[in-house]
Amino acid sequence: MQETINATQSLVTLDVALPGIIWGGIITINMWAKSIGTGVIIVGAYLLFRHKKEQMPNYRWLIPLIAFIALNVFLLFTLIDLHQPYRMINIFLHPHFTSAITVGAWIASLFTLLVSVMLIIGLASGFPDVLRHNGVAKKLRGSESLYDKLSPIVLFLAFPVTLYTAIIMAESSARELWQAPTELTQMFLAALIAGAATLLLFSAKWSDAVKKDITLVLIFAVTFSFLIYMGEYFFSFKSSEAEATLAYIHLGGTYSIQFWVAMILGYILPFFLGILSIKENTKSVAKVAAVSALIGLYLAKDVWLKIPQLLPLS
Amino acid sequence: MKLGFLVDLHLCMGCKGCEVACKVENEVPLSSWRLRVKYLDRGVFPDTSRSFTPLRCNHCENAPCERICPVSALHYLDNGIVNIDNERCIGCAGCMMACPYGAIYMDPETNTADKCTYCAHRVEGGLLPACVVACPVEANIFGDIEDDTSHISQYIMAHKGNVQVRKPEKHTNPKHYYVGGGTSSLDPLAHERIEGYGLFNNITHLKTNGDPHHGIIDRFLAPFKSHEKDNKSFMQSDKTEKGGH
Ligand code: SF4
Ligand code: SF4
Ligand code: SF4
Repeated sequence: MQETINATQSLVTLDVALPGIIWGGIITINMWAKSIGTGVIIVGAYLLFRHKKEQMPNYRWLIPLIAFIALNVFLLFTLIDLHQPYRMINIFLHPHFTSAITVGAWIASLFTLLVSVMLIIGLASGFPDVLRHNGVAKKLRGSESLYDKLSPIVLFLAFPVTLYTAIIMAESSARELWQAPTELTQMFLAALIAGAATLLLFSAKWSDAVKKDITLVLIFAVTFSFLIYMGEYFFSFKSSEAEATLAYIHLGGTYSIQFWVAMILGYILPFFLGILSIKENTKSVAKVAAVSALIGLYLAKDVWLKIPQLLPLS
Repeated sequence: MKLGFLVDLHLCMGCKGCEVACKVENEVPLSSWRLRVKYLDRGVFPDTSRSFTPLRCNHCENAPCERICPVSALHYLDNGIVNIDNERCIGCAGCMMACPYGAIYMDPETNTADKCTYCAHRVEGGLLPACVVACPVEANIFGDIEDDTSHISQYIMAHKGNVQVRKPEKHTNPKHYYVGGGTSSLDPLAHERIEGYGLFNNITHLKTNGDPHHGIIDRFLAPFKSHEKDNKSFMQSDKTEKGGH
């Protein structure tokens, strides 16, 4: 930081203006929607491991449907953030595989494709009366085994799809805050938070035991994610750049209020509301926790994305 | 062959000749720069001094911008230049997140990333970069750093112990050297910076600073519109906002 004694004081007196925030709200929505899309797959798989599928009657189409919508929002926002959107195709025609952007785009596209196939099969089987005599629909209804074969592949892909953004951030050598190893864990926990919160909102038909389990995942994820944020905020060893970046969320910093609102809405409130909902068995409280977590997660991601871009780089 | 730059900060007098020459040679639009000369005032009145630091792309040997570019729009040339092909660029701005020196800008006219190319087009034709030619005190030295007999190599040898690069801790291996720099010249966190404050005038902050080079819809419509070749849109007074002191 700048020197504070007269003898070494130095001040920029003529320079160009700073470029400002380049990756803004569009990228925040991109990350947030991706967390939902991959999170419902990961949390859904965990629920299937723990509970009988009869306890989650619409599971086979609900999970791919939420994932499909969220992934398409994610892909749309990836596209509209490009300054040359029509050239997106170059990622496939001229791929550069040292770039996590390329690898991520390839895996995410494959992932979305497989989720779409699962969604079509899931919907055809979930609503047998729709297009009852249609040949294609009949064939799809008979493709349950394909659905089952795709499920583990999609689950496997959900991990790199959710984590590759952390690798993009690690490759962003100009933003040291994003290069912290904790970013990978935070990205995974964000998927758990987003997945659990979204499922809490759409699992009306699922058994209480399942809902309780989802709430526990939410509580677990917000707790660990919050602890990591606090560790980075207060304690961890940081480079001087990361330290200077965090000044924007320290008291009086430009993003201090948004950061603490995010911590309260996304992490502290869902933790207590989640516990309350389990203790009192009140589903509406769990839903409030879910909405709060989704809003807080968005705000936290937004702050973390923007603050390193405020620093002068040269 | 590895082309490199050296700026002797003892010689630089802050005339900004190189900055202007670069703008003209490469048609760099307003609100963007490939090369700029930063003024820094040290000490407290009346005991003050002013220094000037020209800043451009370092053509790193281990360039994070090249690594993150998803379509290889940023690529190495055999002579060591980190070049950019803006016909291929998709405008993802990944390189802007990766370059630790903030050397890349999103060209508001082409909607693609751009930066100093060490004037690759001139070098190919046997000419020196425009900024080197313009410098009246020969503070900018350009040449092959792998050739021990080149002027730049000799200069580095003559000043060894006083040759620095920016942010060596980033492991980018810059091929752009400074003689006579200090921490406050080369480390952006080592000096105070008050946005909107300028030495000679009020700084006019263009609204185009930051991301909105074009609205999202405009990005989709751009290929169907005639290409704006001048800077008129930036000069309209309603598009600018006054700031500074
Ligand atoms: S200075 Fe920045 S733009 Fe230039 S080669 Fe290095 S990383 Fe790339
Ligand atoms: S903005 Fe262009 S040059 Fe920069 S990383 Fe993206 S595609 Fe490559
Ligand atoms: S080498 Fe060319 S592009 Fe680079 S700063 Fe000089 S004039 Fe500009």
